[in-house]
Amino acid sequence: MNFVKELAGAIGQAATVLPPDVVRALEGARDREEGPARVQIEAILENVRIARDGAVPICQDTGTVSFFVKVGTRFPHLQELLQALPEATRKATKDVPLRPNTVHPFTGKNPGDNTGRYVPAVTWEFVDGDGAEVHVLPKGGGSENCSALKMLAPGVGLKGVKEAVVEHVVACGGLPCPPTVIGVGVGGGADLALKLGKMALLRPLGQRHPEPEVAALEAELEELVNASGVGPMGLGGKTTVLAVHAEYAHRHPASLPLGIAVQCWAHRRAAVRISADGSIAVG
Amino acid sequence: MEKVLTTPIAEKDVRALRAGDVIYVSGTMFTARDEAHKMMLERGSPFAVEGLALFHCGPVAQKKGNSWEILAAGPTTSARMELFEADFLRKFKTRVIVGKGGMGEKTLAALGEVGAVYTHFTGGAGALAAKAVRRVSAVHWLEELGMPEAIWVMEVERFGPLVVAMDSHGRSLYKDLSGTVGKNMEAIRARIKGGK
Repeated sequence: MNFVKELAGAIGQAATVLPPDVVRALEGARDREEGPARVQIEAILENVRIARDGAVPICQDTGTVSFFVKVGTRFPHLQELLQALPEATRKATKDVPLRPNTVHPFTGKNPGDNTGRYVPAVTWEFVDGDGAEVHVLPKGGGSENCSALKMLAPGVGLKGVKEAVVEHVVACGGLPCPPTVIGVGVGGGADLALKLGKMALLRPLGQRHPEPEVAALEAELEELVNASGVGPMGLGGKTTVLAVHAEYAHRHPASLPLGIAVQCWAHRRAAVRISADGSIAVG
Repeated sequence: MEKVLTTPIAEKDVRALRAGDVIYVSGTMFTARDEAHKMMLERGSPFAVEGLALFHCGPVAQKKGNSWEILAAGPTTSARMELFEADFLRKFKTRVIVGKGGMGEKTLAALGEVGAVYTHFTGGAGALAAKAVRRVSAVHWLEELGMPEAIWVMEVERFGPLVVAMDSHGRSLYKDLSGTVGKNMEAIRARIKGGK
């Protein structure tokens, strides 16, 4: 079993082809906007077409690669998959090519292949079954620099959560390349809140959280942030976020952790599904 | 109105621009990020710079035979270059800065003093930018600085759209907008407090 080729292909697809749900959300934004805001969205959509048609990276910051893997407890190829993730990252770096982005924080050395200690970052989730689902999420530095953790006092309640999200996203202005996608993680501990925010980004745009309370929070946050007027690229306009997605975990009674994962408009993702017999499908 | 400026760009042509204008640049453009700014200020420039366009960008480039090809070249966050930009403008007289996110008061003042504009290119639109690059005419300090931080000198055609975000008359779209957003936020906070 060797999954390197297909996984490298998925990384390449993420880098060059924006998912259709993100394109649709951007087209909706274009139709709402006018003036400099519309100029920005039109440039984005033209850029997306050029990248797709020429199989070149959508953005020069091809990000650091992370994987979110849902793996069945009876999946028979775990060792091969484990080895394939960094190998596929190296291969995609050469094939696409991707910008070499991993830097040793002490020595400043860049191995040149987008791998390194704990990178690509892999989040494993074990589920019942015998297959595996691998999600690729390459993420740029500009938007990641705007991700944040707030340890709120539980007394502020959901209102406090809303206020903290809106204040933070608006304060980021044009830095994360809006219109952004925001993943909000509520509850858990500090680490889990941020992880949940990132996992919320994996859900296709236009798909709400299945629980009505969470879905309502997502819709309200979208409306509130977009009322700020920050707009595409922070130049003013109606669309500051394309979507807000939320996830939650139970929390300690004394803690209300809030993780805010900020993703740029180039919300690049891809997924592959591997069956127990080793067959592999992209998408 | 859409306007194309061709390098070398004259001071009077940028002084005629106003915040909110959309322009395109043709001719010679070079990239410089933090390290390149620092080095050019310390050592001087390895090529003639006056009247050119300066691009805050770390591109993805690929060597094909003896020449380089730019695959993606979107703007990086300009705020990091605030440390150097006012001195850089005075020394090198680049007329158009291309970046994203805007710059601070020191740069805004230097734009007025020197006669230059700061323009915003759509963040992340690296493929669109690369398409406007006709060829790479030189790359400086590649060994020392690495691909993203090196100085890439490129011939471009109709590079844009570029929104003039800070002009030579002291106006900044970012400053204007922060007032509007501040007012909107008061209403948003009131809505959250009054809600469920």
